[in-house]
Amino acid sequence: MKLFRKLVPWILLAFAFFVLPEILSQFRLNLFGRYFSLAIVALGIDLIWGYTGLLSLGQGIFFALGGYAIAMHLLLVTKNDFTTGANGLPKFFENYGVDNLPFFWEPFWSFPVTLIAIWIIPAVVAGLVGYLIFRNRIKGVYFSIITQASLMVFYHFFNGQQKLVNGTNGLKTSTTELFGMIVGSDDAQLLLYRVTLIILPFAYLLCKFLTSGRFGDALIGIRDDEARVRFTGFNPVPFKVIVFLVAGGLAGISGALYTVQSGIVSPQYMAISMSIEMVIWVAVGGRGTLIGPIIGAVLVNYLRSLVSEALPEAWLFVQGGLFIFVVVLMPDGIYGWLTKGGAASMLSAFGIAKRAKTYPSLDLDEQVNLEPKTITPK
Amino acid sequence: MELVFSQLLDGVSIGSVLLLAATGLAIVFGLMGVINLAHGELMMVGAYVTYVVQNLFKPLGEGLFQLYYPVALVAAFFVTAVVGVFLEKTLIRKLYGRPLETLLATWGVSLILIQFVRSVSTPMVLGIGVTVILGILVNRYLPKKIKSRPFAPYLAGLIWTASALLGIVTISAITGIGNRALNKPWFGPRNIDVTAPKWLQGSWGSIAGIELPGIRIFIIILSALLLLGVAWFLTKSVWGLRIRAVTQNRQMSNCLGIPTDSVDSITFGVGSGLAGVAGAAITLLGSVGPNLGAAYIVSCFMVIVLGGVGNLVGTVIASMMLGIIQSIIGSGSLLIAFPDMPKVAAAVVEFFATTSMSYVLIFIFIIGFLQFKPTGMFPQKGRSVEA
Repeated sequence: MKLFRKLVPWILLAFAFFVLPEILSQFRLNLFGRYFSLAIVALGIDLIWGYTGLLSLGQGIFFALGGYAIAMHLLLVTKNDFTTGANGLPKFFENYGVDNLPFFWEPFWSFPVTLIAIWIIPAVVAGLVGYLIFRNRIKGVYFSIITQASLMVFYHFFNGQQKLVNGTNGLKTSTTELFGMIVGSDDAQLLLYRVTLIILPFAYLLCKFLTSGRFGDALIGIRDDEARVRFTGFNPVPFKVIVFLVAGGLAGISGALYTVQSGIVSPQYMAISMSIEMVIWVAVGGRGTLIGPIIGAVLVNYLRSLVSEALPEAWLFVQGGLFIFVVVLMPDGIYGWLTKGGAASMLSAFGIAKRAKTYPSLDLDEQVNLEPKTITPK
Repeated sequence: MELVFSQLLDGVSIGSVLLLAATGLAIVFGLMGVINLAHGELMMVGAYVTYVVQNLFKPLGEGLFQLYYPVALVAAFFVTAVVGVFLEKTLIRKLYGRPLETLLATWGVSLILIQFVRSVSTPMVLGIGVTVILGILVNRYLPKKIKSRPFAPYLAGLIWTASALLGIVTISAITGIGNRALNKPWFGPRNIDVTAPKWLQGSWGSIAGIELPGIRIFIIILSALLLLGVAWFLTKSVWGLRIRAVTQNRQMSNCLGIPTDSVDSITFGVGSGLAGVAGAAITLLGSVGPNLGAAYIVSCFMVIVLGGVGNLVGTVIASMMLGIIQSIIGSGSLLIAFPDMPKVAAAVVEFFATTSMSYVLIFIFIIGFLQFKPTGMFPQKGRSVEA
């Protein structure tokens, strides 16, 4: 049984990898590819929020940075009529009269450099921002507010700089070429879908590795009582910086995968709403578990597609209701509710399952079972 | 010199709008520790109340129409205060001591408010009415025997879901009749315009050759008056005393017979009401839409964090500072005022001389400032480890 439970996620993964492309239309498959890439950023948020107790409202920064990195690389290397302007640079530069590529885009001519930049740039930015914040022991809601302010810095910067990053229009990737395929084509999208599904378990295993063992214990210690962690002689700053950095890197990878599958990256990815939505995916799935965020990201986004296709106006109501419902009634999320006894207690309330008389773990404990025999007076 | 003065005036007026918006938030956040991300949407509600009051006054003729604005201010305060109290009693109350959770829940509230204003129509109001009445009645008149069973909370949830479904059926049934006038959304997703009364339009005289635009001066005076009002309320009135007592020590206040529940409701109500007044003031500055809140909420939180949580003086200074920086940098008037500054400085000033880049500069400034004073300009004094 235990082995079976362990195998379920992998079976589902294999199902998504081999069977879904056969049974879903290209359009749906592409949507699922996006959901799975969003699951990666959700994993990062779970790492910092679910395990370390830092609610970042700025993950959109790192998400978009990853997206911009891959989009610019694709625009640079692709030479076709749709994307390249007269001066051999991406077309939008022409509109603003930019003849020389801004210097910071130079490294993005190379594919290997871009592949590294996708996660290392967001990670470094996250590490820097994190260090500046954690060093001053800014935490709790102040951390959330400041990450949100940082998000606004990037949002306004990317919106205001047409000449460097094409401002509000963002960068379009659907007409660019990758491995000789047009990125928007069905074949390329199928490939990207599978790439996403290969990266997702690696992200999961990375988070699993970080959260088990002493490092993970330290994170949970920081979440539950940071002052006590400090008084026992640990400096929480490096732990927090590292975990924030990893979450940033994951967000970058996620953003890159999402960008190539949705066909555009724009400052809208850094809007306030996007980053808060990411948090709610984790909350819905179950924070503090690693399966939860994946479930949450896929479920919420799938729900979003369904609702917005049927009744576009209703989505904000549903989403708002979801926020309130999860926070007030289901703080452990779906996965936590299932595994932490929420489902069992519901069944027992309706009389379907037996009510546990005491804590189940106590019932099984040998010492506890012995006690009545030894202490009962004769 | 004239230019600098007029920019300064601009800055103070931007700052006083921020101050209006942030005062309510300072009360809610500073005194209750609740992160109310729906604050911007409460402002939006206030703005729409102003719009409604204006439309109610329109048929009364030119003379009475001039008086609509003060009425609208009062109405905006009370309507949003009622919305706030309702929120507090149904939702926020469950989340005290968990600020991050209030943040997420109030964001949910803000989404619902935005969409509500966009799509509210007569069928929708009727549908919501059906849902609420059914839900309350059925849950109330359920037999006692069932209510005491362990599955009662789940049953209540089911009943609410069922009545919500019935409400949706009602909406689609009424919409299905197809009366266009009935189905028309009240406000719709478009922006609305509020005409300022005549006595606010135009200039209120001039100082040293600089026109004093009536609306801006009015907003500055309004925010100053409100601030004084809030300061008086918190320091001199009975309820203010109770609010401060509960903030300092909830359990002890409770023991001494202070009704902490009512104190919470009133605090949140006053904070929300102030948001409503801010919304009413913003209608004077231009057209407003359902997304009004998003533009203010982050700046408001910045003002509070920068000024020091729970400190009204800090809020004033911080909002004025941000307003002035934004108007001077964003308009690029430094270049005109000091034409012969060094080239490097000129390039920097020009780089930041747009509205969005001035935001960048301000937020960088705030994040930098918090490096040196992590708890703001006027931090709360205390001996807590968590300070």
